[in-house]
Amino acid sequence: MSTDQRPADALPVVTASHVNRPPARFAGVRRRVMQFFTMPTGVFGAVVLVVVVATAVFAPLIVPSAALDVTRVDGPSLHPPTAGYPLGTDQAGRSVLDLVLWGTRSSLVIGIIATALTVVVGTTIGLVAGHYGGWVERLLMQITDWVIALPGLPLAISLAAVLGQGNTSIIVAIAVTSWTGTARLVRAQTLAVGARSFVERAKALGATDGQVMRRHILPSVVPIVLVTSTLKIADSILSAATLTFLGLGNPMDVSWGSILNSALGQGALTAGAWWYLIPPGVAILIVVLGFTLCGRALETIINPRMGAFR
Amino acid sequence: MAASINDDASLAGGAITVPPARRGRRISGGYLLRRVLLAIESFLVTLVIGFIVFSLVPSDPAQALSRAQAVTAQQMADLRKDLGLDQPIIVRFFRFLGNTFTGNFGYSWEFRQSVGGLIASAIGPTLLLMGCATLISVLLGLWLGVRSGWKPGSKFDRFFTGTAVTLWSVPTFWLGMMLLVVFSVGVGPLPRIFPAGGMSDPTVDPSGIAHILDVAHHLVLPCLTLVAVTFAQNLMIMRSSLVDELGNAYLTTARAKGLRDSEVRRRHAVPNAMLPAITVIFLQIGGLVGGAIVTETVFSWPGLGLLVYNGIKIPDLPLLEGTFVIFSGSVIVFNLLADLLYRVLDPRVKG
Amino acid sequence: MIAPATEVGDAAVPPLLEVSDLRVSYGVGSRSVKAVRGVDFMLRSGEALGIAGESGSGKSTLVMSFLRLLPAVATVTGQVRYHGEDILTMNWGRVRAVRWAGASMIFQGAMSALNPVRTIAQQIVEPILLHEKIGARAARARASSLLHDVGLPAARLNAYPHELSGGQRQRVMIAMALACGPDLIIADEPTTALDVMVQAQILQLLKDLAANRSIGLIMISHDLSVLSEVCDRLAVMYAGSICELGPTADVRSDPRHPYSSALLDAFPEIGDPAARRNPHGLPGDPPDATIASAGCSFAPRCPVAMPACATHEIELWPSGPQRLSSCLRVLPEFRDAPDGTGVPREPAESATEGNPVG
Repeated sequence: MSTDQRPADALPVVTASHVNRPPARFAGVRRRVMQFFTMPTGVFGAVVLVVVVATAVFAPLIVPSAALDVTRVDGPSLHPPTAGYPLGTDQAGRSVLDLVLWGTRSSLVIGIIATALTVVVGTTIGLVAGHYGGWVERLLMQITDWVIALPGLPLAISLAAVLGQGNTSIIVAIAVTSWTGTARLVRAQTLAVGARSFVERAKALGATDGQVMRRHILPSVVPIVLVTSTLKIADSILSAATLTFLGLGNPMDVSWGSILNSALGQGALTAGAWWYLIPPGVAILIVVLGFTLCGRALETIINPRMGAFR
Repeated sequence: MAASINDDASLAGGAITVPPARRGRRISGGYLLRRVLLAIESFLVTLVIGFIVFSLVPSDPAQALSRAQAVTAQQMADLRKDLGLDQPIIVRFFRFLGNTFTGNFGYSWEFRQSVGGLIASAIGPTLLLMGCATLISVLLGLWLGVRSGWKPGSKFDRFFTGTAVTLWSVPTFWLGMMLLVVFSVGVGPLPRIFPAGGMSDPTVDPSGIAHILDVAHHLVLPCLTLVAVTFAQNLMIMRSSLVDELGNAYLTTARAKGLRDSEVRRRHAVPNAMLPAITVIFLQIGGLVGGAIVTETVFSWPGLGLLVYNGIKIPDLPLLEGTFVIFSGSVIVFNLLADLLYRVLDPRVKG
Repeated sequence: MIAPATEVGDAAVPPLLEVSDLRVSYGVGSRSVKAVRGVDFMLRSGEALGIAGESGSGKSTLVMSFLRLLPAVATVTGQVRYHGEDILTMNWGRVRAVRWAGASMIFQGAMSALNPVRTIAQQIVEPILLHEKIGARAARARASSLLHDVGLPAARLNAYPHELSGGQRQRVMIAMALACGPDLIIADEPTTALDVMVQAQILQLLKDLAANRSIGLIMISHDLSVLSEVCDRLAVMYAGSICELGPTADVRSDPRHPYSSALLDAFPEIGDPAARRNPHGLPGDPPDATIASAGCSFAPRCPVAMPACATHEIELWPSGPQRLSSCLRVLPEFRDAPDGTGVPREPAESATEGNPVG
């Protein structure tokens, strides 16, 4: 007659400790980062980006400012590569290598700032449209459609020309022509997330619209915005290069587009100065490719279905 | 929605009549009207946006125009009155609208000619260049896209996808300059095959076959440049559209009927994949316009793009405004055509 | 390969379809998925064979392999003799000739199995023009008469698939399958996703067609009542192999394999209140398809499993007139063996010979 008899049908005690512990806090993020490193093209893109950013940051240390000043150089004019000038010289006698290295800064800065502006504008519009719905959404989406109907480069050129030469004009021009894609994407994602029950619950518990948007919808939207941003930086750098090539940038600035603009305008083409023409273009190609490959790899992680046929 | 077996009287015995084949699809007049009205509305909005953009000028246009000469304050005021700058903005807008619809785009500051006239003589070369480039890049992109998408992951696919991604990242103007250096100026042992720019050789008689051949000769490099960058996009669009179709059951049905692999691809997969792809490709026309601008700049091709490049210098606002309106209008027309084409081709969509 | 002596027929003429030791696997090595693990059966002209089983049992993979419609990653071994010729070793030209004109298929989910941007006429006419040398007009006339045969008005020729209802689309699939006058039709879940009334009509149609045209029919379904309507013989599949084969009525009333019995039990009798309140599922899951284990694959879930079930080699043995079963208990030496629980079984209700489960 023991008093501590276990009932005949008691469940066995679970002893394995791993069963009851919740998963580590950032396990999901870590898994995705590991996944990124399994994609060779993505890793290649990331490596390229690291090198490029490092170049931009350390350029002032590598390239003395005197090398860029037209009045202070003494190299031969338009000379093919030699030992002292690995990529040859431009019409003013500056080393092309120095010019290209220095151009990294301008291209990256313009590209990143323009993208940041694009993403902020696009995300805000998309979030507001998707979350509030009704006439707000219809109006915003109609405006988006109207802007999409405009041809990109003519609009950018007109805007930049009107605002005057300078990097700010270029940044504004790029942002005005690029925000629509992000807006649509974010709105679609907002709608998808907003339909989920945790948002309804938050609202029922009395959260304001702003809180719901910030705390619940925004985190779901961030991954997709991250991917778009990476790809958009690639686009922005290309657009900035085109606009500076056409003469719209700050004439004092050394950027890859402006180098090619000088090449075109000052007869480097007809002189066949290939050492002057190839490096800036290759630089643009490498940077844009780097961001594109990285972006596509991120896209595969976020949306696994696309990975099957990459 | 159970269909009764006695659906129709025609079942009850007797001869079976074979209904004739269905003729092509038509678009209802009502739909066409609605779409055209939408396009006009879109164009008007474009004009509004254009007007706003060009009113943002921080500097005084009258000053820009009279920069070269010394003018008195009175002359400046008169100039402003001529340009209508003293009117309230609404009046200026309606003047702008009226001018646009009558084709009056004002006077180019750079060229001292009517903008309308400049545009009229430049539109031909641009149409020629863009027309050829579009045709080739669409055909090439579709064909290679289908081949790549049919066997995703194959060597063919990986090669062309890689090429497409790379070409996408190449700035159009730089590619043009590279082609120019290689084929026109000549690098090392390579001979000069193609002309360095312009549309035709002024020494050739402008009428007759020799002229046509000459223009064609000049057309090769700029066209090649434009095609190189745009076909990559079309390839990726068509490829992804076809890949989306690959999992569908009707392809298995087609194979089960005894069709060859190439026939299954050609008769079943491609028609389905083509529809969304064509629409998206048409919508990319805005990008082609941008490509044309830089290509004409590099090759000095006397079209609208070169006008724009020249207009950037001062900046020549009337010229820029005029070309902006023309470009926007063409893009809207193209989008309209794309929509109508899709309606005609896809039977699932009501016409 | 079992050629049951009890199967009647003209031994000189090869059967319409004879499947021998058919195995399908995806991938290679130890992790390969063995979707079909040795299937043998025979089908004569005019016969209707039903294949029943739950999802993942390999039914669809099995029939897709007959006409070599599986993707290239699938490895198919064995023989599929159509009128004596092995399809699996034919050259591709011959395979394409046999497809549709010799053996055609009706796929499940007719909405996605029909090309959305082609009219019904174009889709029915396509195989006709491919396999026969008749003109477009004659082909169209035949399509019209085929639609009539399946109970659709000829005007539907110009319709697109999305303009038809589910039942009409299924009829179109049937008409299409008949287009080239095949002598074998394979129907994969032809009535799934149709509502009950339409289902009844389609089944009646299939029954009439099979009876009137002496076409061999292989029909797949997870719904035993559907198969009972149309099929003379029933094969029950589990985990890639056939566990029971026999005349439909016999298998239904007196199953000779514990899985068949469980499958039948799972369908409640309409009109029996007790059955509604007491649904009989089967605990456990189908086995992992990547593991090829010895013994019977059903043993882990079997209510009457014995120790020998885990080790004895499994085949289809005769267990009655024209009946086959892969349960060890049909063999004389195991007939009365105790099962794994150590509890002696209840004696069988029926006195029929070779009846391991009640």
